[in-house]
Amino acid sequence: MSLNQRLPRSEATDDEAVVPRRGRGTELLLLIFAVGISTFAYVNVDLGALGEVPADAMAYLGGFFVVSCVAHIVIRIRAPYADPVILPIVVTLCGLGLAMIHRLDLADDSSHATTQLTWMLVGVALFITVLFLIRDHRILARYPYLMGLTGLVLLILPLMPIIGHSIRGAQIWIRVGGMSFQPNEAAKIVLTIAFAGFLVQTRDALALAGRRFLGVDLPRARDLGPILIVWLTALGILTVQNDVGPSVLLFGSFVLLIYIATERISWIILGLMLIGFGIYAAYNVVSHVRQRFDLWLDPFIDPTGQLAQSLFGLAYGGTIGTGLGQGHPDMIPIAESDFIGAALGEELGLAGLTAIILLYALLVSRGLRASLVLRDPFGKLLAAGLATGLLLQVFVVLGGVTRLIPMSGLTTPFLALGGSSLVMNWVLVALLIRLSDAARRPAPTDKPTFTDDAVTQVVRVP
Amino acid sequence: MNSPIRRVSAGCLLLVLALLVNITYIQAFQADELNSRGDNRRVIIDEYARERGPILTRDDEPIAISEEVGGDFQFLRNYPEATLYAPVTGYYSYQYQRSALERAQNDILSGDDDRLFVRRLIDLVTGEEPKGGAVKTTIDSEAQRAAYDGLEGYKGAVVALDVQTGEILTMASTPSYDPNPLASHSFSEQNEYWQTLKDDEDKPDLNRAIAQTLPPGSVFKLVTAAAAIESGDYDAESVIPGPAEYPLPLTDRTLGNQSGQACGSDDETTLTNALRISCNTAFAYLGDELGDDVLRDQAERFGFNAQPLTEDEMNAATSRFPDDPDEPQTVLSAIGQYDVRVTPLQIAMVSAAIANDGVLMDPYIVREVLAPDLVSTIEQTEPEELSRAVSPDTAQQLTEMMVEVVENGTGTNAQISGIEVAGKTGTAQSDPDRPPYAWFTSFAPADDPRVAVAVVIEEAPDTARDDIGGGALAAPIARAVMEAVLGA
Repeated sequence: MSLNQRLPRSEATDDEAVVPRRGRGTELLLLIFAVGISTFAYVNVDLGALGEVPADAMAYLGGFFVVSCVAHIVIRIRAPYADPVILPIVVTLCGLGLAMIHRLDLADDSSHATTQLTWMLVGVALFITVLFLIRDHRILARYPYLMGLTGLVLLILPLMPIIGHSIRGAQIWIRVGGMSFQPNEAAKIVLTIAFAGFLVQTRDALALAGRRFLGVDLPRARDLGPILIVWLTALGILTVQNDVGPSVLLFGSFVLLIYIATERISWIILGLMLIGFGIYAAYNVVSHVRQRFDLWLDPFIDPTGQLAQSLFGLAYGGTIGTGLGQGHPDMIPIAESDFIGAALGEELGLAGLTAIILLYALLVSRGLRASLVLRDPFGKLLAAGLATGLLLQVFVVLGGVTRLIPMSGLTTPFLALGGSSLVMNWVLVALLIRLSDAARRPAPTDKPTFTDDAVTQVVRVP
Repeated sequence: MNSPIRRVSAGCLLLVLALLVNITYIQAFQADELNSRGDNRRVIIDEYARERGPILTRDDEPIAISEEVGGDFQFLRNYPEATLYAPVTGYYSYQYQRSALERAQNDILSGDDDRLFVRRLIDLVTGEEPKGGAVKTTIDSEAQRAAYDGLEGYKGAVVALDVQTGEILTMASTPSYDPNPLASHSFSEQNEYWQTLKDDEDKPDLNRAIAQTLPPGSVFKLVTAAAAIESGDYDAESVIPGPAEYPLPLTDRTLGNQSGQACGSDDETTLTNALRISCNTAFAYLGDELGDDVLRDQAERFGFNAQPLTEDEMNAATSRFPDDPDEPQTVLSAIGQYDVRVTPLQIAMVSAAIANDGVLMDPYIVREVLAPDLVSTIEQTEPEELSRAVSPDTAQQLTEMMVEVVENGTGTNAQISGIEVAGKTGTAQSDPDRPPYAWFTSFAPADDPRVAVAVVIEEAPDTARDDIGGGALAAPIARAVMEAVLGA
């Protein structure tokens, strides 16, 4: 992650002659590149698997370009100072994901790619909506408790009778009017906003030391409340919904946010201890978790299973990959979902998978950079929370499919097949764009606009 | 708040590094290990995805072909005649590797050979699926069939050679096995059949024609006779002792004739007559007179103590004449007993050398290597002289002696009407507990030799022990093979 070491922008903007770089031209250039890669990948799949250029290659290119341009133009209008790298990265990831889903369609004779493309359009629409509706991210900080409640309700929805239903043993779906949706994808964002808002208000209390235990300053017992509530909620989701991923993600993001808000390392230590205990408990109580764990230790007890096939695929791809359309990623069961990373690793090789991981890293670093530069604590926390949440998700899912850690159900952002995940991640990107715009926007020199709204803050002198 | 954000960023960097290190380990370092696992279907699919080149007989009959069957495993190796050519083709199996020509010529058949490099390059550019080249053997399909049919019901082997080139026209071995189940796309089928093979005491996958050595018995008398004439001290008409019993030197044991009688009046016989009736005592006398060095030297000039078919990598066994026999052992060796051990191929080589004016041609089984288009030749094997076994004059005398064996001696069963046949029988006792090995070797036509044959019957379950003999069991098979080659 690149750390922004520049001086606060206010100093630079004292000089009126300096026009801040908006980077919109760069963004357009990178977007053309991203659309090019996406289309090339799509064409390459058909060339590799069928030996012919797909008939709709030009339409695909045009469509992708138009969608990207619309997003770009909206950014020009609504967030002119936004980080120019974010959108191109997201478009590239979506394009690669679509190409791989299309490739698996060819092998499985399915048509997931069209569905995914539709969801991408919905995602971009929501992206635009968010950018238009939320002119300033600080309005999100107003109702943290309401947000928190909404998030919890979203998490509990799949457990409700009638609308909730389970797919492959994970009770994380709701179905309304024939449409399936994973509300935890939305909850992820809503809860991050809620955490950020909540912590802005209470971080000073949380920073106060309580008892010393094993050389670690533990927070005061009464301040432990929120973290315990979230922890228990996470454990509750895990045991009831039979899915480790969202719990780890939820709890991990929350602990990181508390740490950032309070600057007290003891929260991290406490968090790690609680995660450890939670996993231990889950291992002993939830059979599903134990299976995943055993499979992690010896994936070849099931040589046709996802993990073994994922490893075989990665090995088969080797350093430079088999080439799109020329491997056997369809041998990984339901590869288009959680294991799309392994499918890409097989056909694009170590080189391609490394590039994808670095794209994620770059995207996250842009979020963290915005977090560093932003001046308001809520914005800082929200940007950091969204960025680290994204990274945790990527780590948990890619680490899982590559047997670095035990597998737990999470989608690969932007790549994997799944409407809810794709749409909500576009919302997340919209928020990152909004935040980076705020971070890079030159500070108002004359009259501060937000004095009335701003929450009274404790000023820290480093 | 910035310093914890920086620390968290550093933590994120660590997680990314962990992911990258992990995939680097898997895809760059652990890949070979994962790719060689037996339960990795991807690699198996690859193996079966390429069209393997065919193996052909000299008359272009395909004996191993790849058939497109569709599905995950695209090509299935098929052996149309299964057991008939199994000793030649060998098997091609995912789990049990390959054998015989499938193993030796694997590079050509799979298309990986360097000589196919340019073609692979062209395929890469044009997008054609690479195919393997073809291997054309020296096997004559009619002779092979005649040999295999003749061996039916026996445990034994037949080798036939083109005497002028060294080409192996026949390489049959029974009981044989079916390479098809081993090439099956069903691993359990491969497994089951492999177990059946390994459990079978008759070892059907043993190529008895070249890979197993047996005591030659009387057919070795050809070598002893050759050594005698080559020494200059004897010729076909020389009179030598041929008593009913020959006392083994340095022992109080004696060596007797099969008939229990002397081989001629006054316990004497001519060399020709000794060979005709396969007189043990006369050849024992010759062996004693010539000594083991002379016999070994003659044997080696016929190809003993050297591995044949090394060029073709067929894993042939080396036929042996003992290194340092004492006097009685030399005497026993001279009549093909004691520690003399031969393959049917070796015996065929002895006949072939005699037939080819004393010049031994190096045997080979790959006649031509063809490009995947099955038309252009990549390599053609040129016949090569291996050694001069005997002088043309000796060869001529031996031929006449062998003709006598078939006309009036132990080998009458090998006679072909209208064609003069030269031959020699052998019935080798190895162990009192098991039936003797019945041998026959011959070549024809005697005046203008083309084909030399060696036949061995190890076991003939339906034949009474006393009826087992080279002339009775083996000679008819040799005749059938020679007839097939000569088109008679």
